[in-house]
Amino acid sequence: MTRTPQSRFFGRMDGDIAGILLLAALLIVILPLGLDIFRLNMVGKYLTYAFVALGLVLCWGSAGILSLGQGIFFGIGGYCMAMFLKLEASSPEATKIQSTPGIPDFMDWNQLKELPWFWEPFHSLSFSIVAVVAVPALLAFIVGLAMFKRRVGGVYFAIITQAFAAILTILIVGQQGYTGGINGITDLRTLKGWDIRTDEAKLVLYFVNAALLIGCLLLCLYVRRSKLGRILVALRDKEDRVRFSGYDVANFKIFVFCFAAALSAVGGAMFTLQVGFMSPSFVGIVPSIEMVIYCAVGGRLSLLGAVYGTLLVNWAKTMLSESFPELWLFAMGALFIGVVMVFPNGLAGLYQQYIAPHLRRLTARRSDGAAAGAPIIPPHTAAD
Amino acid sequence: MSSDKMDADKIIGGVPSPLRRKLLLGMAALPAVALLPRGALAQALPTDAVNTTKLAVTDGTVKVGILHSTTGTMAISETGSVQAEKLAIAQINEMGGVLGRKIEVIQEDGASDWPTFAEKARKLLVEDKVAAVFGCWTSASRKAVLPVFEQYNGMLYYPTFYEGLEQSKNVIYTGQEATQQILAGLDWVSKEKKAKTFFLIGSDYIWPRTSNKIARKHIEMHGQKVVGEEYFPLGHTQFNSVINKIKLTKPDVIYASVVGGSNVAFYKQLKAAGIDLNKQTLMTISVTEDEMLGIGGENIAGAYACMKYFQSLKNPNNEKFVAAFKKMWGGESVIGDVTQAAYLGPWLWKLTAEKAKSFDIDKIAAASPGIEFTGAPEGYVRIHENHHLWSKTRVGRARTDGQFDMVYETADLIEPNPFPKGYQ
Repeated sequence: MTRTPQSRFFGRMDGDIAGILLLAALLIVILPLGLDIFRLNMVGKYLTYAFVALGLVLCWGSAGILSLGQGIFFGIGGYCMAMFLKLEASSPEATKIQSTPGIPDFMDWNQLKELPWFWEPFHSLSFSIVAVVAVPALLAFIVGLAMFKRRVGGVYFAIITQAFAAILTILIVGQQGYTGGINGITDLRTLKGWDIRTDEAKLVLYFVNAALLIGCLLLCLYVRRSKLGRILVALRDKEDRVRFSGYDVANFKIFVFCFAAALSAVGGAMFTLQVGFMSPSFVGIVPSIEMVIYCAVGGRLSLLGAVYGTLLVNWAKTMLSESFPELWLFAMGALFIGVVMVFPNGLAGLYQQYIAPHLRRLTARRSDGAAAGAPIIPPHTAAD
Repeated sequence: MSSDKMDADKIIGGVPSPLRRKLLLGMAALPAVALLPRGALAQALPTDAVNTTKLAVTDGTVKVGILHSTTGTMAISETGSVQAEKLAIAQINEMGGVLGRKIEVIQEDGASDWPTFAEKARKLLVEDKVAAVFGCWTSASRKAVLPVFEQYNGMLYYPTFYEGLEQSKNVIYTGQEATQQILAGLDWVSKEKKAKTFFLIGSDYIWPRTSNKIARKHIEMHGQKVVGEEYFPLGHTQFNSVINKIKLTKPDVIYASVVGGSNVAFYKQLKAAGIDLNKQTLMTISVTEDEMLGIGGENIAGAYACMKYFQSLKNPNNEKFVAAFKKMWGGESVIGDVTQAAYLGPWLWKLTAEKAKSFDIDKIAAASPGIEFTGAPEGYVRIHENHHLWSKTRVGRARTDGQFDMVYETADLIEPNPFPKGYQ
């Protein structure tokens, strides 16, 4: 991140920055003060989906590429992290009850005698962290190259991403000796000797997660406001015109798809750290579509809306299922139908329509107040 | 030890006076349950004494959790378990509760989604501070919640027959582990049907794979042969290719561990391919009365199922259990193996708490081995040191009306052995 272009784009104290500061204040000050560690950990889990929603705002909202397979990247990111943690949890001392000590328990159950070659590099934390971002981005690059260069777009692209999500799920479930199968990779304990299951660790991870999210939010804002972001919007609205203006449309699409994939993967890795396991139920078609719904509820054109949408849907999911264990799915269905029919632009649309006009007069004062309340934001963004 | 025994006739029938007499004979402390109003016992066993770890226990109540999928693909299987657990809890409350305290249930939905199970388990233990949780069904959901129960020191009563290879201080496994379900059934079919060749077919996940691994070892140890072993993804519905292989290899026994909705397609396609289960021996370890509802009795009649419980078992405990279940949940409901195992959970917990005179998880875990429940619909059961149940293996033959005729049961209880030597 070079500072110069950033300060050019974030220089003005405008509505977006004010909104991000407000969100930062909510995530970093208000929620930790207001919630116990159990609920805070749950918010942390919800926020990991917000990474996916952010990617979708760029990919779908800005560039018009609807991907119904973001779970693939969320899942791969999560699996990369889980593989590292699982290897750490499978030390020969901890697994001496197995017929082959030192390999993950599910491999032992599946009669594997040694660690498969592609697991080996995951002994290294730095490799794993790089892999979290690089593997999904590479996969997205290959898929993007194959699709966009051939000008596959719109609904066909959506269907193909869905097929990929299905394929990956079947692959993970079918190769259970190598992947943990439908159980996933469970019972993750420590990160470099640091127990991630304790309350203190959960608190630390929550803040790391929130800070990463704010960072990604700023990065997305940067992309949106750059020339690149405007080209993305242009190719959503009139792809041919952009092409005839001399731009290679496919490259822009590939970039934004990879970018969204990398964001999702960061979310997946944070999910694994906070929840303590990863399973194929985050990779398939249903979670991928659910993630699109988060984005739609928040408003697919708004980065902040996507974060709030994710929080709202997940919070509603938890609350409704705790209160009505037998009926909550109907309530969720009603919520989604209601949002799509009554507020097609989601929460952000509601805000634009009803709240923003009233607040406009107060904007200046409000953003000052939020800036004072959120000291954690990097100084060059808040102070410039 | 006799104080832990319960006379099931009296419990399940809800007849108070013979029960009172029986308990008076049994133990000095327990008559208080029946003779004194509630609260009096609570005074005799003050909350401070029975609950030293801040569980949700008051002078009059104790909270427990039920954690099953009531939505999603597993709901069809898990609903029976929820019903059985609620029935058991209602019956226990009718008798005065546990240590003089009425059981209050907090039900959570795992939504057929393993991470949701983990989240809800954490909620039950951390927020609600429940004294015990009855729940989970699939191995995947159990694997997801196990670290949570171990971390927050909770107690889980897990009802499903499963693959073994697990043992935890924080879990009581009321279903059978793999060897209890498999070995005796294989011995029976070898002897009875003179079987020499087996074709193993299952859904592709940990339970069928581990079960078939054990089955294969056992088969080969006895000089018999496995002529095929095939797995299909969960939800798979095209079995024609494997049915052709079965026709080619002509195994003496088809050994099936296909689960869930795939069963419907599997048995219908077997029938359509002209394989008559009255002539071709098929033994399944995954079809209970619940699955039969979906498959349809006419499609599976003649097949053998290897379980520890059938709804048609003839004993007084079971007759009362079936009647009470139907009274509470409707005459159409059926009771499968797992449903019965789920029913055992609350009873075993109650008996353990009364032996330990405490709700503390550590004391419950320590007091569990040796707990006997004579009122079990499957007959007498006892908790082993490894937190699994001693129980019998039974073979039933499917009828067209969706029930089983029991054709064989082991003479003795089978010892649970979750880490079988020589089978790994």
